[in-house]
Amino acid sequence: MSTEILMPALSPTMEEGKLSKWLVKAGDTVKSGTILAEIETDKATMEFEAVDEGTIGEILVLEGTEGVKVNSPIATLLADGESAGAAPKKSKKDGPKEKSEDPKSVADKGEKVAEAAGRAPKVEVAADPEVPEGTEFVTQTVRDALRDAMAEEMRRDELVFLMGEEVAQYQGAYKISQGLLEEFGDRRVIDTPITEHGFTGLGVGAAFDGLRPIVEFMTWNFAMQAMDQIINSAAKTRYMSGGQMSCPIVFRGPNGAAARVGAQHSQDYSAWYASVPGLKVIAPYFAADAKGLLKAAIRDGSPVIFLENEIVYGRSFPVPKLDDFVLPIGKARIVRPGKDVTIVAYSITVGQALEAADRLAEEGIDAEVIDLRTLRPLDMDTVLASVKKTNRIVTMEQGWPICSIGSEICAQVALEAFDYLDAPPTKVTGKDVPMPYAANLEKLALPMVDDLIAAVKAVSYKE
Amino acid sequence: MPDAPKSNSDSLKKLYADMLLIRRFEERAGQLYGMGLIGGFCHLYIGQEAVVVGLMGAAQEGDQQITAYRDHGHMLAAGIDPKAVMAELTGRSTGLSRGKGGSMHMFSSEKKFYGGHGIVGAQVPIGTGLAFANKYRGNKSVCLTYFGDGAANQGQVYESFNMAELWKLPVVYVIENNQYAMGTSVERSSAVSDFSKRGASFGIPGVQVNGMDVEAVQKAGEEAMAHCRAGKGPIILEMKTYRYRGHSMSDPAKYRSKEELTEVREKRDPIENFGKKLIDRGVMSAEDMKQMDASVKAIVIASAEFATESPEPGLAELYTDIYA
Repeated sequence: MSTEILMPALSPTMEEGKLSKWLVKAGDTVKSGTILAEIETDKATMEFEAVDEGTIGEILVLEGTEGVKVNSPIATLLADGESAGAAPKKSKKDGPKEKSEDPKSVADKGEKVAEAAGRAPKVEVAADPEVPEGTEFVTQTVRDALRDAMAEEMRRDELVFLMGEEVAQYQGAYKISQGLLEEFGDRRVIDTPITEHGFTGLGVGAAFDGLRPIVEFMTWNFAMQAMDQIINSAAKTRYMSGGQMSCPIVFRGPNGAAARVGAQHSQDYSAWYASVPGLKVIAPYFAADAKGLLKAAIRDGSPVIFLENEIVYGRSFPVPKLDDFVLPIGKARIVRPGKDVTIVAYSITVGQALEAADRLAEEGIDAEVIDLRTLRPLDMDTVLASVKKTNRIVTMEQGWPICSIGSEICAQVALEAFDYLDAPPTKVTGKDVPMPYAANLEKLALPMVDDLIAAVKAVSYKE
Repeated sequence: MPDAPKSNSDSLKKLYADMLLIRRFEERAGQLYGMGLIGGFCHLYIGQEAVVVGLMGAAQEGDQQITAYRDHGHMLAAGIDPKAVMAELTGRSTGLSRGKGGSMHMFSSEKKFYGGHGIVGAQVPIGTGLAFANKYRGNKSVCLTYFGDGAANQGQVYESFNMAELWKLPVVYVIENNQYAMGTSVERSSAVSDFSKRGASFGIPGVQVNGMDVEAVQKAGEEAMAHCRAGKGPIILEMKTYRYRGHSMSDPAKYRSKEELTEVREKRDPIENFGKKLIDRGVMSAEDMKQMDASVKAIVIASAEFATESPEPGLAELYTDIYA
């Protein structure tokens, strides 16, 4: 039986083309690789090769014909010993036997299926573990809490190692890895050359193989050099591999403005990373959260972006003295309950929000302060529950205003709690400019406690 | 790892069969693309078969492989089921990545195949990291890190070279020099076109190999991997090879002459030439080859049928496999 030779699609967008020239005629024998014809696509003129061997039976479309639809028969091919009159066998060009359902029709089948087709399934996150009564709290800097988290996890799991610039012999550019080289040796605490793109990719490869790298960026500004490896390699591989391959890696370092270091060293990347599916993003403020969440990040099977803050490193907070204090990723915390207005903050702005709340209290406004702690997945349940109680919300972050974390929260609040709002959802952010160097301008570019107080008063309709 | 052949003659036949499988598979993939059953980008490996088959012939259990987007041949040579690869090309639920990766993004933990990477050069630091893991674990495995003459001009390649030599990582950098980075020839893109010397300033040795001769490739691979296993660090193999088809399915390849392509096909074809050698040496007869061709063709046809008859992924798959 003869088979049909079909008009091929020769580009991702081609639907029809011109059969410019036949290079074979009826009766010619062909084998795989023989050039049959020249075909003009929407992009270029391409050669069309035979795949099967046989003899050309009949030319069905004459050369020079334009608008030949993809997959329409253009010639017949005879197998050995067949004559030209043999009836052509329909080529197999059918799609899948079980056609996938049209998302529209599926949506009618109920909320559960609609969710599968249209909306991401909700992530359930456990509450913080109970700290047993009588637990001793020690006062510790965020810096030491981060160091302890890494040391504890390295003791617990031999596959965990730390790499980055100046993490070993120098003891860390910001002294976060102090003492780790002495305890774990240079096999597991590794000084890298200044080569962010390279060592980020190297860390990703080690994680694909099942190691658990902690990659320190001296600051997140330098991770821009490694963006491709973080997004395209680390975040997407589990999905692209159909769940076969994971990337258990932690990228950590100081994020946001330090002091007077100018535009290239002062940027909050929270919103960038928080927009990427496949990444988890953590930005703690308190020492206990830094410790419990970094331990969780190191144990997590997915790539985690851990955003610290240089100015916060030296601040001291109580940390529970427990053997294994691990916090859930994806859970915000109400750090100050209140009834009049919700303030949502993360990282260094949590400190500012608490200061603002104290001052607002003196003026009779009882603010509730939420520390997001994790930016992806974002704990909107906690935010929405608070807004439904206070009916007002102000977000605060150092990042730029356009497409910020606050933009996302305000949008979700408007969608999910519109009827509860007594004022427009409002955000306080860094100004929409690169960070200036001059002291007075830098101060102006950063969000300040006074800005937050003004915003809270505005949504409270108070002077 | 493919099954180990029992004798020298068996191993030669296996090299031939593996190359033939890649050739026939790629031709069929090209056909399915033409029928609209494969979408997007599709980069065929036709012409370069001896490179990956020869190197897999030199590899041992536990060795890893990683490459860019021209990856179908690497997967078949690693012993991955052709059905699963073809079904991924057609975007079906039975594909290696359940239809979520496509031609350029496939992985197999079981076969130690780490992708399938769509960004030119990105696989090089990752492969270096796989080699780092071997050293960290203290095993004797080697990572075969493949990239092209085009990727050889990416900065991250040299960042990787530096760390690999600094830390003596067991990685073979295989530069598949098929002479064209998409449409730009080596002469038009590379200040130094001898890629085996690209590691010189890091102290990484390099060897040029006839990538159209599967036995030469295998021998070079064995020596390179012995170098790595001895703890001597990375090594570069520049494979001089040629791709017969365009860069991707939509490339008419007007940047090179027909004569150039015809000459390579007629005089340097890795499969034809090796086949002749096997007949001359009495390893296989013409009849054996015909039979082998038929059995390879049957495998490929079965994989194409499997790939066109399998269902597309269920809609709920949209939201799975994002987090571990």
